[in-house]
Amino acid sequence: MARLKDLPAWEREHLLRLRDQAPRLNGRPWAKGPPLRRRRVALISTAGLHRREDRPFGGGASATEYRVIPADTPTASLVMSHVSVNFDRSGFRQDPNLVFPLDRLRELAAEGVIGSVADYHYAFMGAPFPPTQFEPRARELAHLLARDRVDAALLLPV
Amino acid sequence: MSAVGHYLEEGGIPTAGISLVREHSEVMQPPRALWVPFMLGRPLGAPDDASFQRTVLRALLSLFELPQGPVLQDFPYDAPEPRYAEIPEGEACPVNIARPPPASDDALADRLRDEIDELRSWHDLATSRRGGSAMGQSGLTAAQAGARLAAFAGDRLLVDALAPVTLAAALKHASDDLRCYYEEAAAAQPGGLSPTQVRDWFYLHTTAGQVLEAVRQRGMAHADLAVRMLCERMLIPRAVLQR
Repeated sequence: MARLKDLPAWEREHLLRLRDQAPRLNGRPWAKGPPLRRRRVALISTAGLHRREDRPFGGGASATEYRVIPADTPTASLVMSHVSVNFDRSGFRQDPNLVFPLDRLRELAAEGVIGSVADYHYAFMGAPFPPTQFEPRARELAHLLARDRVDAALLLPV
Repeated sequence: MSAVGHYLEEGGIPTAGISLVREHSEVMQPPRALWVPFMLGRPLGAPDDASFQRTVLRALLSLFELPQGPVLQDFPYDAPEPRYAEIPEGEACPVNIARPPPASDDALADRLRDEIDELRSWHDLATSRRGGSAMGQSGLTAAQAGARLAAFAGDRLLVDALAPVTLAAALKHASDDLRCYYEEAAAAQPGGLSPTQVRDWFYLHTTAGQVLEAVRQRGMAHADLAVRMLCERMLIPRAVLQR
């Protein structure tokens, strides 16, 4: 469904415009880690998710903020306040693991596929463009993830 | 997402990301990306399919085993397509709600309240199955969110009472919560609805959709720029407006 050729012309053109305007980032960083079965994994979503008691995402400077999702947060309690209405939300309404697979991650840890699940996970709202605006918050997040001993971050767009 | 991965990786955190638009990942070149042929909004492919979701996650995690990058791999499977209910022509939902033209703003508000009431048992069922509701941006019940939107559409909303929340944010949160209530209720109904069916049902065949269209019309002429921007671009999907 997200093959460009399957999308309506207006949506395809919009996505191609974003591609053409996307910044080209310098350098090809490549961080290493232990074997997968020993890695500690965190989820980083850009779906505009947060706990019900947190402030919803908004516009302006606050659009590049992130929200913290502790590992013991029930996935069914997550709220999505992404400003865009142009992607499917019905799947998330039905099953939050479709967007934020924290329960699946716990299962993979129990099976020994990964070492452990991080204590804290995070969500941005992926709307701001260009995405280089996320740099200060992302660098801040790298420090927080390191303090949580995370050596595998899964990035999940929406 | 690619940019966040780049900065995290520079900070020493290994990352692997799902790519929903392959063309974007091709130019951004994040360290590790798995392109998936799923619709926007569904990065793990299929709701209520834990096995398929684990398959996607395993493929994503396997990128950490590669010795060098950047790498952009293609996930080889399409999301399984459930059999959705077949909806007869002119009927958009197993619980079809007729939508006569509004006689007045008050009549529209009353019909919306009744419609929300009619869906309550479905929503209760959905909440019970799901383990909770994803509503919660506005802090309002569905009935309260609907009343707020109908009041704005009828030029009866007391804007000063919303402080410190801005009018644009209050309208956005109420509209998202109302849509959430309807989508959760629809998910509990027999046969289920496809993403397109549920979107079209909400925006084109319910009184709630009619109220949102009235909000949009009023908001696009509002003095507040943030309200105008919201109503023009962030209230009703482009796919619906293009009809």
